[in-house]
Amino acid sequence: MQFMLLFSRQGKLRLQKWYVAHPDKLKKKITRELITTILARKPKMSSFLEWKDVKVVYKRYASLYFCCAIEQKDNELLTLEIIHRYVELLDKYFGSVCELDIIFNFEKAYFILDELLLGGEIQETSKKNVLKAIAAQDLLQEDEAVEGALREIGLL
Amino acid sequence: MEAVNLLSSNKYSEKQIGYLFISVLVNTNSDLIKLIIQSIKNDLSSRNPVHVSLALQCIANIGSKEMAEAFGHEIPKLLVSGDTMDVVKQSAALCLLRLFRTSQEIIPSGEWTSRIIHLLNDQHMGVVTAATSLIDALVKKNPEEYKGCISLAVSRLSRIVTASYTDLQDYTYYFVPAPWLSVKLLRLLQNYPPPEDPGVRGRLNECLETILNKAQEPPKSKKVQHSNAKNAVLFEAISLIIHNDTEPNLLVRACNQLGQFLSNRETNLRYLALESMCLLATSEFSHEAVKKHQEVVILSMKMEKDVSVRQQAVDLLYAMCDKSNAEEIVQEMLNYLETADYSIREEMVLKVAILAEKYATDYTWYVDVILNLIRIAGDYVSEEVWYRVIQIVINRDDVQGYAAKTVFEALQAPACHENMVKVGGYILGEFGNLIAGDQRSSPQVQFQLLHSKYHLCSPMTRALLLSTYIKFVNLFPEIKTQIQDVFKQHSNLRSADAELQQRASEYLQLSIIASTDVLATVLEEMPAFPERESSILAVLKKKKPGRVPENEIREGKSPGPTANHQTEQPPAPAPTTNNVSTDLLGLSTPPASQPSTTSTSNTGVLLDVFGDMYGGTGTPAQANNVNNLAPAQSTYNAKKFICKNNGVLFENDLIQIGVKSEFRQNLGRLGLFYGNKTSFALQNFMPSLSIPDELQGKVNLQVKPVEPVLEAGAQIQQMLNAECIEDYSDTPSMVISFLYNNVPQKLTIKLPLTINKFFEPTEMNGESFFARWKNLGGNQQRSQKIFKATQPMDTTATRTKLLGFGMQLLEGIDPNPDNFVCAGIVHTRTQQVGCLLRLEPNKQAQMYRLTVRSSKESVSQEVCELLADQF
Repeated sequence: MQFMLLFSRQGKLRLQKWYVAHPDKLKKKITRELITTILARKPKMSSFLEWKDVKVVYKRYASLYFCCAIEQKDNELLTLEIIHRYVELLDKYFGSVCELDIIFNFEKAYFILDELLLGGEIQETSKKNVLKAIAAQDLLQEDEAVEGALREIGLL
Repeated sequence: MEAVNLLSSNKYSEKQIGYLFISVLVNTNSDLIKLIIQSIKNDLSSRNPVHVSLALQCIANIGSKEMAEAFGHEIPKLLVSGDTMDVVKQSAALCLLRLFRTSQEIIPSGEWTSRIIHLLNDQHMGVVTAATSLIDALVKKNPEEYKGCISLAVSRLSRIVTASYTDLQDYTYYFVPAPWLSVKLLRLLQNYPPPEDPGVRGRLNECLETILNKAQEPPKSKKVQHSNAKNAVLFEAISLIIHNDTEPNLLVRACNQLGQFLSNRETNLRYLALESMCLLATSEFSHEAVKKHQEVVILSMKMEKDVSVRQQAVDLLYAMCDKSNAEEIVQEMLNYLETADYSIREEMVLKVAILAEKYATDYTWYVDVILNLIRIAGDYVSEEVWYRVIQIVINRDDVQGYAAKTVFEALQAPACHENMVKVGGYILGEFGNLIAGDQRSSPQVQFQLLHSKYHLCSPMTRALLLSTYIKFVNLFPEIKTQIQDVFKQHSNLRSADAELQQRASEYLQLSIIASTDVLATVLEEMPAFPERESSILAVLKKKKPGRVPENEIREGKSPGPTANHQTEQPPAPAPTTNNVSTDLLGLSTPPASQPSTTSTSNTGVLLDVFGDMYGGTGTPAQANNVNNLAPAQSTYNAKKFICKNNGVLFENDLIQIGVKSEFRQNLGRLGLFYGNKTSFALQNFMPSLSIPDELQGKVNLQVKPVEPVLEAGAQIQQMLNAECIEDYSDTPSMVISFLYNNVPQKLTIKLPLTINKFFEPTEMNGESFFARWKNLGGNQQRSQKIFKATQPMDTTATRTKLLGFGMQLLEGIDPNPDNFVCAGIVHTRTQQVGCLLRLEPNKQAQMYRLTVRSSKESVSQEVCELLADQF
């Protein structure tokens, strides 16, 4: 996979993850063009399109578009399911996720994505395992928060 | 800076934010990277797996060269170590993959190989999934070393496909067992030919059958996720079946399965089915099976709501087209073209043009199709397409009359496209006489018809029409005065375009001055074009690199298209690929391509006619020249290249190698053109340099790599840069290896890079010549050879050779007019070597004496050796 973009129906970019190195200017250009192309497509159209030299797979969930650019040889249908798995994970983590969750907790969205995909390849397909990893992270954070709080009030 | 501090924090939350910041915002700033590498190192060796994971994720996110250098050794250890946690192993595998992509050399070989391969047997599915991605990349680099993974992958796959969906617990996705891993394993296997071991092969085929069987089972869930995951595996299995291309049974089953998808409700499935079928159509086993679905595909092309799906349908039609269905498919594509989306029209036009040419048995049909193309989608008909139709008409006597008649009729339409006027003008100019017998298309009528379009056309077309008129002067003397009137009108200020004005006045003069004989010679019919790969195909390939569907059936299909292909397009000779439009022999404005017919008549006025303001004439002329230089079969002209720079260096039944080169000072640029003369693709095509030991360090060569496949009838160009560092003898060679029909072939060709290529000619007068000649009188500096002439002792031939050799030929210096003296400087990076030469022919004895003097002994000797062979 070359990159993943999340953007709203209004064309606002919500999350981007690049697995190939491009200069910022090019990234902006790609993002802009791709968003316009996809927003112009009608609901009944296929989720795949050939764009420049990559294949683009996208899907809309409520007001958010999830869009992945993959290599010529990658499997399109399964990419759709990677997107779906990611949505499921977000959903499970936030409890029926909405666009605002991703805007305000973007770091969590990134952490979850990092657990699912690494370097553009799928790392862990098991929902349970990803959530376990995230939960472990959260636990560490909370422990530290509690510790910090206790220290603040002078109990430690 | 704050982020770097956060990284080294002990608090997880701070560390995490630090990493997030770095992976999102830093990917090029190398100053920062140096600072964070230390922090990452610490975390990598931490005992807390969460910290290790964070570090690995960060490395993978940045994935720069520095990262590869810093961690290339650590990560493989983590990956195979027994006490690494599974989560960490997963990250390590993918992290390594990412670093491998940035710098290929980081992967250790030897004992590591088998340990990495055996990750495929790991208990933990997540680890296997990640490892498969890594192995897939490694295999691509070094298939032989990782061969062991085939059997492991097959057994893993077989365990998954036979598992029930409850077995794999959380790795089952909507009732499909481990779809990601299955797809990755199937992908991995596509790096290899079908397994050799019959046991493994049998097991693999069983797996593939099971997958095909499962597709027929009723779905276990109505959810789209279930069907997507299931079909993802199915499509990947079909790709593998197509890749292996050995099991007719599986291929046909795959084809039927895809056929079902063609009428599926899901747009995505229809899209993918069309795409996969394109590949099936190129296999000899399933080509026929694909053709059964022709009607549905045509329907998809017409009815599908989504343009990208329609595009796939067009691609598939193109791929499944062969002799038997060409007429129907071309007709359907033409019909559709009238309403087709603008975005795909141009590509469709190219496809129709290619199919029509390739499968034409009757060339009148071909002419009809192309003229229809122009009528329906004139704006999208590129120059190459109409050039091509003209080439074909000129080369085939049997269609010329028909073509003339058809274009004449087409021109009668009240509004016709400018491209039609061009084709019409050209063809009538050449073959208008063939239909002039008919009263309805008498010379008079033809001329008036064409001229009625004149005012509506662009200057370029007008120029073409003017040429047509002058051709008419020759064909139909009866309308000469009328045409002269037109020339008169346009030869003055009324014609704003300078080129048109000039053309008109020159043609006018030509028609007045020249006698009928001269006219007939000058305006003779165009000579046949050399056959070559259809330039249209090249355009299509350029337009869509990497995804032009093949319209060539692999292997075996003997009576069908391949045979036709052979007669139709014999191997492409000569350098043609570099620039497709100039390549067409300057057709842009017809007179420019006539030098061959006119160079004999030396009417002064004429010479100017060939100035062409519309297209570069230089390149096509040169290309043409090289073309003609390839007379003999199976020749190897290395020796000739000592005295020339361009031409055909080698040629046999399979391949032709042409060279174009230029040199300046101590630098040279060579274009090598490899042309495949066969009707099969040459596989594993690899030219590699071979530099003899004694040349090491004396000459510096750089070549650009070429594509490993040289398609049938195609030609590729390879550029080579040379720098002469020190003088040398002998020359570097090119070793060209490839597979023809799976038989390995190897050629060793000496490159035309002899030392004399780096000569700069020097002009000098007699006085200074003799002064230098005397100065270089020592034994160390001079080299002499007396030898017998092997070729007739012809003064002009000798002069040409000496000029081509690269030195300045000095006239009137030697007291004996029969002798030749030359001077030049050999440029190398380290020094410049002045060089003088004297060649004394003795006609009675049929002998030559050659003396070379230079400031360096080795140069004198080599120059003497090289030249002595030439006479």
